[in-house]
Amino acid sequence: MNKVLFFAHLRDAVGEEFITIDASGRTVADLKQMVLEKYTSVNLENVMTAINEEFASDDDMIHEGSEIAFIPPVSGG
Amino acid sequence: MNYAISKEPINVQEVIDKVVQREAGAITTFIGTVRELTHGKKTLYLIYEAYEPMAVKKLEQIGNEIKERWHGAEVAITHRVGKLDITDVAVVIAVSTPHRADAYEANRYAIERIKEIVPIWKKEHWEDGQEWIGNQLETVAYPKGKPEESDLHE
Repeated sequence: MNKVLFFAHLRDAVGEEFITIDASGRTVADLKQMVLEKYTSVNLENVMTAINEEFASDDDMIHEGSEIAFIPPVSGG
Repeated sequence: MNYAISKEPINVQEVIDKVVQREAGAITTFIGTVRELTHGKKTLYLIYEAYEPMAVKKLEQIGNEIKERWHGAEVAITHRVGKLDITDVAVVIAVSTPHRADAYEANRYAIERIKEIVPIWKKEHWEDGQEWIGNQLETVAYPKGKPEESDLHE
């Protein structure tokens, strides 16, 4: 299973800080599609993805147990 | 720990003390504060949220980038999360280097990089509503889903 974390406007749209989903063997793009189908009010445009706290590409593979985070454009500082 | 996310008010002097070194001829300190007016719109307060473990890693990455670019630099960064009122301190960056020009440059580099790669978000609360910043007008598009090399080096 995989923990999938949401932040900022994504957290508001999903209504959860994280969900648990089986995404192992799939790509980041696949996972995005799964999330979009499950949560129709979520907008993943311009959203970056991290796998185990490191930025990942849409075509990166997700492994069992990896933690995924969807990262909207940041606004710290 | 030179890189931290803090739920409590930041002690500026503590951040500065982390970069004190005998080799340094200069320490620059950047203090980011909560501004009341943005484009004429009045902010009541902000909420900062972070993906904390990754944010600390990315602050450390910025510190390492600075040490590679500016020889002899020491870096400490603390970013606040939670509810912040107008004039509160949101971020403190301290950089020490042997010579002052480098300390100024490296400190500027740190704040610009924070705004690019550190997973921290602010929610602005106004009299007539609230919004997470970064999802609309300030949006930077990453077509491949993550920052490109060119995004990362200005």
